[in-house]
Amino acid sequence: MKRDNIPEVENTAECGRGNRLIDAVSPQEKPVVRKKVKGQKFIKTQVTPVEPCDEKAMLEVQHLTKSFGELKVLDDISTKIYPGEKVSIIGPSGSGKSTFLRCLNVLEDPTDGYVFFDGKNLSNLKVDINVERRRMGMVFQQFNLFNNMNVLRNITLVPVYVGLKELAKTKRHNFFIKIANIFKKKQDKKPLIPIEKTKKSIKEEAEANAMRLLQRIGLSDKAKAYPSTLSGGQRQRIAIVRALAMNPEVMLFDEPTSALDPEMVGEVLSLIKELADEGMTMVIVTHEMGFAREVSTRVLFMADGKITEEGTPKELFGNPKTERLKDFFSKVL
Amino acid sequence: MSSFEIFWNRVSNPDTAMSILNGLKNTMIIAVFGLLLGFIIGCILASVLIMPSNNIVAKVLKRIADLYIAVFRGTPMMVQLLLMHFAVFATVRIEPVVEVSLIFGFNSGAYMAEIIRSGINAVDRGQMEAGRSLGMGYAATMIRVVLPQAIKNVVPTIGNEFISLLKETSIVSAIGLADLTMVFKSIATATYEYFIPYIALALIYFVLVLIVTLIIKLLERRFAKSEKR
Repeated sequence: MKRDNIPEVENTAECGRGNRLIDAVSPQEKPVVRKKVKGQKFIKTQVTPVEPCDEKAMLEVQHLTKSFGELKVLDDISTKIYPGEKVSIIGPSGSGKSTFLRCLNVLEDPTDGYVFFDGKNLSNLKVDINVERRRMGMVFQQFNLFNNMNVLRNITLVPVYVGLKELAKTKRHNFFIKIANIFKKKQDKKPLIPIEKTKKSIKEEAEANAMRLLQRIGLSDKAKAYPSTLSGGQRQRIAIVRALAMNPEVMLFDEPTSALDPEMVGEVLSLIKELADEGMTMVIVTHEMGFAREVSTRVLFMADGKITEEGTPKELFGNPKTERLKDFFSKVL
Repeated sequence: MSSFEIFWNRVSNPDTAMSILNGLKNTMIIAVFGLLLGFIIGCILASVLIMPSNNIVAKVLKRIADLYIAVFRGTPMMVQLLLMHFAVFATVRIEPVVEVSLIFGFNSGAYMAEIIRSGINAVDRGQMEAGRSLGMGYAATMIRVVLPQAIKNVVPTIGNEFISLLKETSIVSAIGLADLTMVFKSIATATYEYFIPYIALALIYFVLVLIVTLIIKLLERRFAKSEKR
């Protein structure tokens, strides 16, 4: 193993899009990635060129590769997820399922390849990742509720933050229009952008929405409770609701039931199933085979960083083709 | 006259009593402002230290922060005090208490930076990921989610820092500022009685530290409460 080629491990708290600065991402240009390798200055590496993306697909993954140092976790994965689809990802642990899911909203930087969300290349640094992430809900294995806030604040934090930010932006915009208007003739004057919301109304709206969502999962009496006082199942359901409060177009579930006691798995799965029945697009990494079979419209079987087999649950569970999948089923079913 | 009576006669003199109070005030001002300034500097340095270093500005800032911490932790407080007082601040006319508070703040900032950094690192990485995955920026998640939890983690350690800062203020007599130690020293030298004044001085510091400890405990309990309701 050549030591020189191990990339310098950077602080990972940045949650994606740090180490990979893409210079060119349009199909015509040759994309080049600047990467820092220990002992050298930035070296430029060629990566796979971008192919035109499918406009109908909600999420499109092109030649996704992810390696941690020498270890290749994801190896040239390409797939498309269309609106309304419920995709389950199954596979042995260490096969890169979670990494794949994390690459979908760029919590993990892909080493190579692209993820398109609604036609936007998420590797392009010009795309505001925070705006795109608001349309993608993510649910974690460890719930990751904000420990320093009560349940209601947990749910309303981001909607209020986004609302206030947009309000401030509009106000700033209006201010500049006003200044520009001073120098213009009467007929050229630009109209101001109307502001309908106030800080208070944004907050109240978010709270009402949060209470409605809490009522739906039957936890409205826990609105003022802190996450540490809740059970695992309750926490996970609140985490799901927190993601829903942003009205996402796609939900990503990263093993939502793996950290739960067996008796609490049911309540979380039934909530996810309810969402699925409402037509939400979802990607679910799971070890619950029965659930994957019941809910999903498509199942991906991942092994050794590749999608080894995919198909409808009926095909995959009824008639597994590859040896690897047969072997996997013989162990888990 | 017993040595205690000599001391008592001296202290009961209104002038001396006032100067003791004044010394106490100076000591407290230096400790509290030093802590506050140190906290602010520490927060800034810590946020620089944990910043993802993917651009040149971040890298330069990181180097500066590293250098700052290395210098202020690597030299004795006394040396810093002398150097700052007689070299850096020699030409600047500011209130001596303010000057010393600044010096203590600079010094404490270096320690505080490491304390706060470790506090931030102790917060579960998932918290940052959750905030980011919901679409908040790095800074917003840091301020709203990670830092409040980090500060809760570091309250005991900051208390510790405050206690050592409070005791360390006793060295400011080296530059002639009338703090508690300086006042008692002058009492002792004036009466040629050393035992009682210095025991009294030690007792005063001890009581101050006890009070601070109590405040930290209350704060800690309050913070712990906010999570279990």
